[in-house]
Amino acid sequence: MSAPAQCPAHPIPDDFMILLTRKADFSSAHFYWNDAWSDAENERVFGKCSNRQGHGHNYTLEVTVKGSIDPTSGFVVDLKEMKEIMEREVVSVYDHRHLNHEVPEFQQMQPTTENVAISIWRRLAGKIPNAELYRVRVYEMPDLFADFFGEGA
Amino acid sequence: MSGPLAYLSRKYHFAASHRLHVDALSPERNREVFGKCNNPFGHGHNYIVQVTFAGRVDASTGMVTNLADLDDFAETRLIHAFDHRNLNTLACFRDAVPSTENLCLEVWRIFLEYPHATLKCVRVEETNNNAFEYFGEAPPTLHAA
Repeated sequence: MSAPAQCPAHPIPDDFMILLTRKADFSSAHFYWNDAWSDAENERVFGKCSNRQGHGHNYTLEVTVKGSIDPTSGFVVDLKEMKEIMEREVVSVYDHRHLNHEVPEFQQMQPTTENVAISIWRRLAGKIPNAELYRVRVYEMPDLFADFFGEGA
Repeated sequence: MSGPLAYLSRKYHFAASHRLHVDALSPERNREVFGKCNNPFGHGHNYIVQVTFAGRVDASTGMVTNLADLDDFAETRLIHAFDHRNLNTLACFRDAVPSTENLCLEVWRIFLEYPHATLKCVRVEETNNNAFEYFGEAPPTLHAA
């Protein structure tokens, strides 16, 4: 969790004031499978992740927004409100669910770490008042994570 | 290529020893510059390497790169080369101080050869309190001192 929020490929814009990051956890099941492929091809590409009984992870979500500091409150965003939005839009939908079977966007795409980050971006974009989404980082496990900055969202 | 551009980061762990020392400097100067890291018998760390790759997410796999390919590459090129080794004895540090800055450049050079995604950042943690990051701004030439 120690890497800086800023990505070298995404320099902070001139109008930047401050970045704020809020974390949340969820635990979900998933597997990887492409219906267009044979069983053997799925097993070759996805390895043990292709077990259709599924397996699971403790995911950690980090949502980073950028914005200006409100002179009255001293806040970029109300963290309580941001927590509620993350809970409503993401955690309540993903937590203790099977991503392949119970989350609509993963009917169309593999529930990989990359796609989970992209999906969370799409769920949150434009919904956090007074701030702009800057980065969604999803840890599938402590040694593996994906970042999405909204490019091609 | 179209589709969303995502960044995938993976951490690898290895343990190695090293000694910070430059032959061209006097023993006194070596002790002055490198302090306890100049201990003639060396010392060691549990290193954590974090590599970040960018790529369009493949629609059929949902991936920037297949993790199994990346892990195989890391096992062969990074772990096998560095784990439970004395860094000073490795060819890449024959003429360069095995500082974590230089190690970071060497790790960049290694993962730049990974064929399936674009390397964006290498981060090496030497201890819980020291970390170095390299983004490839200049050719990774190792420095003696």
